[in-house]
Amino acid sequence: MSALAIRLDELSKSFNPDGPPAVDSLTLDMAGGSIVALIGPSGCGKTTTLRMINRLIEPTSGGIQLGGADVTHRPVEELRRDIGYVIQQVGLFPHRTIAQNIATVPKTLGWDKARTAARIDELSDLVGLDADMLDRYPDELSGGQQQRVGVARALAADPPVLLMDEPFGAVDPIVRARLQDELLGLQSELHKTIVLVTHDIDEALKLADRIALLNVGGILEQYATPDELLRAPANEFVEQFVGEDRGVKRLQLSTVSQLPFEQGPVVPADAELTQARAVLEEYRSEWLGVVEDESFAGWVAAADLADSRPLAQATRYPPAGRVTPHSTLRNAMEVIMNSNTSVAIIDDGGRFGGVVTLEAIRAELGLSGADPQTGAVV
Amino acid sequence: MLVQDRNPIIRWDYVVDQSDDILAALLQHLELTLLSVALGLAIAAPLSAMALRYGWATNAITGFTGFLYTLPSVALFALLVPLFGLSRVSTVIPLASYTLLILVTNIIAGFRSVPDSVVDAANGLGLTPVRRVIGVQLPLALPSIITGIRIATVSTVGLLTVAAIIGQGGLGRLILDGLRRAFWTPMTVGAVLSILLALALDALIIYLGRAATPWTRKASP
Repeated sequence: MSALAIRLDELSKSFNPDGPPAVDSLTLDMAGGSIVALIGPSGCGKTTTLRMINRLIEPTSGGIQLGGADVTHRPVEELRRDIGYVIQQVGLFPHRTIAQNIATVPKTLGWDKARTAARIDELSDLVGLDADMLDRYPDELSGGQQQRVGVARALAADPPVLLMDEPFGAVDPIVRARLQDELLGLQSELHKTIVLVTHDIDEALKLADRIALLNVGGILEQYATPDELLRAPANEFVEQFVGEDRGVKRLQLSTVSQLPFEQGPVVPADAELTQARAVLEEYRSEWLGVVEDESFAGWVAAADLADSRPLAQATRYPPAGRVTPHSTLRNAMEVIMNSNTSVAIIDDGGRFGGVVTLEAIRAELGLSGADPQTGAVV
Repeated sequence: MLVQDRNPIIRWDYVVDQSDDILAALLQHLELTLLSVALGLAIAAPLSAMALRYGWATNAITGFTGFLYTLPSVALFALLVPLFGLSRVSTVIPLASYTLLILVTNIIAGFRSVPDSVVDAANGLGLTPVRRVIGVQLPLALPSIITGIRIATVSTVGLLTVAAIIGQGGLGRLILDGLRRAFWTPMTVGAVLSILLALALDALIIYLGRAATPWTRKASP
């Protein structure tokens, strides 16, 4: 099923008619096939908004459209079977096996046994469940495994939309990072429209195509891509929410592969000493990198080139670390900080892929040169 | 302890001779027990449903069932006999009312023990309220409900012996008979059989309960 766009239209919810509304006239357009994160402080109405999409909560006013169709125009149970729902505590049925849990919606829809069994196998592969887990009961599984089952159960009938309410909040950080990576992997295959409620800005920055930052009362402060949110926060609230380390956070959003190729102070092992010294001079570096058989072989100290021995015989020092084209700029920064040479070597499947310098990172983030607004040189 | 006047704790020749009568008493006891617990369940179910749906009613309902429980059985029998005579109705109604406290308490506790996240997930998956209550909440409430049924059944077996006073007592009739005649055998037989009946019903309910809740037997990692 192809993904559906979701539109929130002046959506409002008031639990207490005398008090302020939980959500106040929220209008938001979420593109089909994208991940949208709803994030904000306590009381911003993000969970309330999410639960209005599948009508677990009914709005006080305003409307929601799924693929152009108003969500109130069909029986609510039918709507919910077409929307995946994943919650923090997972909510697996303790009295049913894993397989039976996953089969919940297919069974309600009347799928036959063969089709259900095939789908369960497919989903197990997709979310990373072992076949021997299928006949176990939920309390025999770890938290991370349970949430994988929760995701499988939500996706069982292949709904075009997936709602997730702090889905990874109850697991430890290591498992959380894995599950986040797996979600991204899933999405690259399935292209669902995913609405993700989270209180973790890093999670939102990592997973979302667009982030809707809500303030108390469901007021939309900014709706932008992660990079835009970090680069150009709309106001002080956004700035403070995103945190002071916006620059560092942006480093996590770009990868080394986005940088233009830079040879750096690196020469082939059979280069002449004159060429070697010229490169060292040009980069004003105390270290010279050496490449042999297309892969990086090590660093040579400038002092060791004083005599006339060929470059290939000079002592080589291994680099402090390497990065790959998939590494984030933040990883690269870490390696640069840890190395005496101030550059990070790019290892592209064993071959030398160039270097990463601080200047390159700054240029990529648009931090070099004059600040366009103030004219100050940064 | 042998007594000279042919009145030991139990005289087996009497037991064999009266075996038909003893069996009849036992079956009557069993029948009245099952009727009382069944009636109790039939009343407890809607009462519990009301308390679960309308939280404010919980206190009133448990207060009411608690009040019924405090009424002495003999007094209830005495009040009902003029209305319904020395019949099964006069016996079953009070006994059923005594089961209400434990049944209502355990049904409510059972349903309240179902995690909110499970109910929320069930709704989010598009289960209708009926399917959710019957397919999800009820099975999970079952262990607590079965415990309530066990307790209700076992205490009813015991209380029924008192109903001998209005001539309906099943095994209680044997006990009372023996007491009146100062003849120990029927007393012993009545007492021992009522204990065995209680234990047997308890074991049966445990067995049926386990069969109905296979997931509770799996150990956590």
